[in-house]
Amino acid sequence: MSTTIEPTMRVEARRQPMPPRERLEPVFHVESLDAIYGTKPAVKDVSMEIYKNLVTAIIGPSGCGKSTYIRCFNRMNDLIPSFRQTGTIKYHDTDICASNIDPVAVRRNIGMVFQRPNPFPKSIYDNVAWGCRVLGMKDNLDDRVERALTQAALWDEVKDRLKASGLSLSGGQQQRLCIARAIAVEPDVVLMDEPASALDPIATQAIEQLMHELKSQYTFIIVTHNMQQAARVADMTAFFSISRGAEGERWGELIEYDATEKIFTAPGDKRTEDYVTGRFG
Amino acid sequence: MTEHVLRVEGLARRRRVNHLMESLAWLAAVIAIAILAIVVWSVARKGWSELNLDLLTKSPIPFSLTNAPQGLSNAFAGTLVIVGVATLMALPVGILVAVYLNEFAPPSIRTGVGLVLDVLAGVPAIVVGIFVFVLLVAGSGQSGLKGAFALAILMLPFVARTTIEVLALVPNALREASLGLGIPQWRTTLSIVLPRAAGGILTGTVLAVARVAGETAPLLFTSSLVGNQTSWNPAHALQTIPVAIFELSESPDPKDHARAWAAGFILLLFILCASLTARWLATRNARKIAGR
Repeated sequence: MSTTIEPTMRVEARRQPMPPRERLEPVFHVESLDAIYGTKPAVKDVSMEIYKNLVTAIIGPSGCGKSTYIRCFNRMNDLIPSFRQTGTIKYHDTDICASNIDPVAVRRNIGMVFQRPNPFPKSIYDNVAWGCRVLGMKDNLDDRVERALTQAALWDEVKDRLKASGLSLSGGQQQRLCIARAIAVEPDVVLMDEPASALDPIATQAIEQLMHELKSQYTFIIVTHNMQQAARVADMTAFFSISRGAEGERWGELIEYDATEKIFTAPGDKRTEDYVTGRFG
Repeated sequence: MTEHVLRVEGLARRRRVNHLMESLAWLAAVIAIAILAIVVWSVARKGWSELNLDLLTKSPIPFSLTNAPQGLSNAFAGTLVIVGVATLMALPVGILVAVYLNEFAPPSIRTGVGLVLDVLAGVPAIVVGIFVFVLLVAGSGQSGLKGAFALAILMLPFVARTTIEVLALVPNALREASLGLGIPQWRTTLSIVLPRAAGGILTGTVLAVARVAGETAPLLFTSSLVGNQTSWNPAHALQTIPVAIFELSESPDPKDHARAWAAGFILLLFILCASLTARWLATRNARKIAGR
């Protein structure tokens, strides 16, 4: 039963010690990234590496540009006409921000789960199968759907009603359906933009657990405003904060990026410490 | 609580004003309904004597001295053909315009073309009629196709506008869900956005059809010099209900007048049915989307 409440301790216990940083394989290499809406910068000068098969959390106060930042990784900001960005995000060796790179190809490798569950108005089965079908992964579609739903810890709850509408599920189930949909097309990286912010604690825990179980196969980047969540799921944590300019303009900035344990127990920056200890103004 | 607490300055006056305003609003609603009822009733009453199956199935016999049954089958057939062809012309173009503007165009073009659509929607029908007359009819003669073209021009902004509105109601989260899987935008539009908007587009189309079915002015220029035989061929000029009503109303024969009223009543019924269908489609679609 995936709906039983398991104590947080069990999630903690599953965390394996992180290998030393030099043995980690970078997936993304972000170099002086600025993300700008019109003339207003949302985040400025971010540089960091994101490592394979880890969960990387991005935390910070509202308005620090976390969501804008994570949406740079799959070119989702392209949909906003006034948006532009400078700097580079290298995915392995390719700069995915370059104008000659097709965002469709980027998103094909880098999947996304959104803040609010957004299943298609289709059946549960088709929610997962449609993407595979359109992208040409038509062989053994039933197995593929079952595998994705199992990985998303939803199979047992929906296996008898695959033809029912995806919208008939509860919020937590819908979000797991969206995760199944994202991993069914076998991306390399899964971006999660506050995936549990609209969910109750039980559904939240189910999602955290499945991130633990799936990170051997995928690389996760998760934006969260919930520090406990970052502490529970993330191997690496990046703390973003809001900086203010001389004329009152505000933008988000990467303050500190380190192993989660370090960020929460021995942060190197006063602002990080203030935030993780709840003294943030 | 004492009575003192509840005492409010000028409460009686406020209550009177409130009551008065409520009654005025109620009256306005009654007037709107009454006007419709009076129109429907008087049209039905005046056309009652000719309101029978012959009206739909028999051709007109002009200057008939006998009492042989006659009807306006040519006009009903013509209206069906012309409005049908006009819909076939306006619907794809209108939907494509809307899809381009809402899904692909940059905001500046969206506003500009949106304004053009509004202007086009405001062009009087008779201007569209004379435009098509000069463009297509003058020198080569009338036809149902040309009439349909004129009606399609009138339908186009209407279909495009309602389609833009329903496309804008499709939540962005759905587009993002599909794009986030690495699905191209054209495929997202075709398989996710348009099906979701289909009910609304259909509703808008039905209303557009109801609107142009009663247009007379453009058809006077493009499809009015007609015989009395029923024809389904849009290559010829076809009689239509509005033009038939207009012509019959100028006849000296009171029976022709009654036929005009009867035809008008059927046109009214058609528009009423179309509106009801549109509503039904809209609610059914809303229910389908909600997954119930």
